[in-house]
Amino acid sequence: MIGPTHYLIVSALLFCIGLAGILTRRNVLMILLCIEVMFNAANLAFITYSYAWGNLGGHIAVFFIIVVSAAEVTVGLAIAILLSRQLRTLNADEVSLLKW
Amino acid sequence: MLSALAWTILLAPLAAAALILLAGVHRPKLSAAAAIAGLLTGFFCAVRLFLHAYGRHDALLFESSVSWIALPGLTIPFGVLIDPLSLLMTLIVTGVGSLIFIYAVGYMAEDHAFSRFYGILSLFAFSMLTIVLSTNWIQLFIGWELVGFSSYMLIGHWYAKPSAAEAGKKAFMVNRVADFGFMLGILALWAASSPTVSQRSFHFLTLERQLSSLIHAGLIPAGTLTLIGLLLFCGPLGKSAQFPLHVWLPDAMEGPTPVSALIHAATMVAAGVYLLCRAFWLFSGLPEVMTVIMWVGGATAFLSACLALVENDLKRILAYSTLSQLGYMVMAVGLGGRVEGMYHLGTHAFFKALLFLSAGSVMHATHELNIWKLGGLAHSMRWTSLCFLVGALALAGCPGLSGFFSKDEILVLAREHHLGMYVLATITAGLTALYIARAWFVAFTGSSRLSTRHGAGGGDHGVQAHPPGPPSTHAGGESPPIMLVPLFVLAALSIAGGYLGIPHFLGASHTEFHWDVAATSIAAALIGLTLAWLIYKRQAVSAQQVVQALALPYSFLQRRYWIDEIYSWYVATVQQKLIAGLCAWVERVVIIGTAVNGTAWLTRGAGLLLRRCQTGRVQTYVFVFLIGVAGLLTLVLIR
Repeated sequence: MIGPTHYLIVSALLFCIGLAGILTRRNVLMILLCIEVMFNAANLAFITYSYAWGNLGGHIAVFFIIVVSAAEVTVGLAIAILLSRQLRTLNADEVSLLKW
Repeated sequence: MLSALAWTILLAPLAAAALILLAGVHRPKLSAAAAIAGLLTGFFCAVRLFLHAYGRHDALLFESSVSWIALPGLTIPFGVLIDPLSLLMTLIVTGVGSLIFIYAVGYMAEDHAFSRFYGILSLFAFSMLTIVLSTNWIQLFIGWELVGFSSYMLIGHWYAKPSAAEAGKKAFMVNRVADFGFMLGILALWAASSPTVSQRSFHFLTLERQLSSLIHAGLIPAGTLTLIGLLLFCGPLGKSAQFPLHVWLPDAMEGPTPVSALIHAATMVAAGVYLLCRAFWLFSGLPEVMTVIMWVGGATAFLSACLALVENDLKRILAYSTLSQLGYMVMAVGLGGRVEGMYHLGTHAFFKALLFLSAGSVMHATHELNIWKLGGLAHSMRWTSLCFLVGALALAGCPGLSGFFSKDEILVLAREHHLGMYVLATITAGLTALYIARAWFVAFTGSSRLSTRHGAGGGDHGVQAHPPGPPSTHAGGESPPIMLVPLFVLAALSIAGGYLGIPHFLGASHTEFHWDVAATSIAAALIGLTLAWLIYKRQAVSAQQVVQALALPYSFLQRRYWIDEIYSWYVATVQQKLIAGLCAWVERVVIIGTAVNGTAWLTRGAGLLLRRCQTGRVQTYVFVFLIGVAGLLTLVLIR
């Protein structure tokens, strides 16, 4: 029987996969993708709890997250394009201008 | 009615000063008229009060005041207190002051800052009257400081001349030193005036009553009172220019001559003596303090008379003479002679103002004050010379003139109480005759030694030194009538001052005339006169030979006992190098080095370490963020 616990485990797995991706990958596009994966892990958790407790609040949160992540992706992709144009790279390690 | 008169005395000069400030700055005639009118109003009101009280002593003690500072438990009134002492002083200040104001119209006629001069003079008169008429110590202290300020302004009237600016500064600072002690004394007196705070008082009459009963009950230790007395004496020490704080007065001769006559002969320097008389009930109960006052006065009288012997500048001779005469007054108070001190103050105000104004008249005509460059003035300036002679004779104690009577009273007092003081005072009387006769013989008799270039520069004390106005039109001739008339009035007062009954007015019983004392003082004066005549007139012994014979004491006197040098050394070495050096070190090392720069170093050091965190790598930040969130989560979950 598949219950909320399973969904939550999938959500946690997705979150960890995304996190691991962010920490290990160097390509800016990959990092953005991983962030999206983490967003969706959170969405899944919201929906699960919403379903389990019969509360619509989770749905609302999910819609907000979808909107915000859409906006965030636009900005992120614009940054990625600018990076490739200006610095000719998408490697996050090479983009360390804001350090001491 | 009476209190309205008293208030008018106090406020008329202030109104004049305000009028000059508001409307008279570019109207010299209006300024002079306002100032003279203000002071004359005061004088006539004082005369009216005097006539009212004439012969009725008890009628003349009243005060009228408004509440000035009112705090819970402390009320300081501002008012007028009229008693014989303050009325006498008011008459002197307004009377002699008015004459000097009138004289200054002629003397300052060519001055570019005529209005400012009269404005400050009026302010000075108001300040002085604030002291004289004050009902309490705080009002007196305010007046005391205002007098110091206006005196600073007046001494430095020709402020573009460095020496005048310096002299003003010196007078102000020396007085500040003394006033600090004075202020401590006032506060200590207040603290001692009652065990309960709310009953403490600055008020003269209340204090006299309260302290007397406290002393009577033995509630105040004698040492405390002695200390208070000494601190209070600091005030007169500075204002009346007693040794060793006399140094400002000779330098203050840089000011215009009417200022010297008004401030440094008739009024301001007399404030110290007046204060001693005002608080006489306190001082007279403190024998140690009285001894100090007596010795300071005696030393000042003698030492300044010696200094006057070697001075070559006419005004400075008079300045030292003033110091010496003030010493007499202080000595008289120290000997317990309040009436004698005030008596001499009165006569001295007449004849010293006369001497100063005569010297001013000489300077106005010749622009020269060095007595060796003058000479023969008795021919070219008859009236001025005559007036100077009258003043000089009164100063020297010529029988029948005012100075003779008042000095004689002091000598009688000294002989009764302290033989050493009597000898000192008699010797000083001889010296007085010697130095003033020297000034007379050298500057006024013989033939003129003046160069013909009058008004073209020369003396560094002249009116012409600043600004370079048109030279006096009557160079070498007599001064204009507006200057001569006040001289005549003062000369009349110098002659008649002894017959006005000043001691009687102050409540003294008739003192007997002591022929022996009078004869001794006349003999001393005659010896002085004869010596001066022999050396400077007959030239039986040349002045050069005298100087050579007495080379060591002469150079000692020439350097003015090295007191100025000692002060310079003290200020330059002890204060400037030691104390200021220490302060500079504290500032450089402790404040700037440690506190200010230390903070900067700490911030920079912390920044050096902390900026290592800023790697610029997004993933590092994410990792740190992750650890932080995990840590917080753990914390929340564990609880």
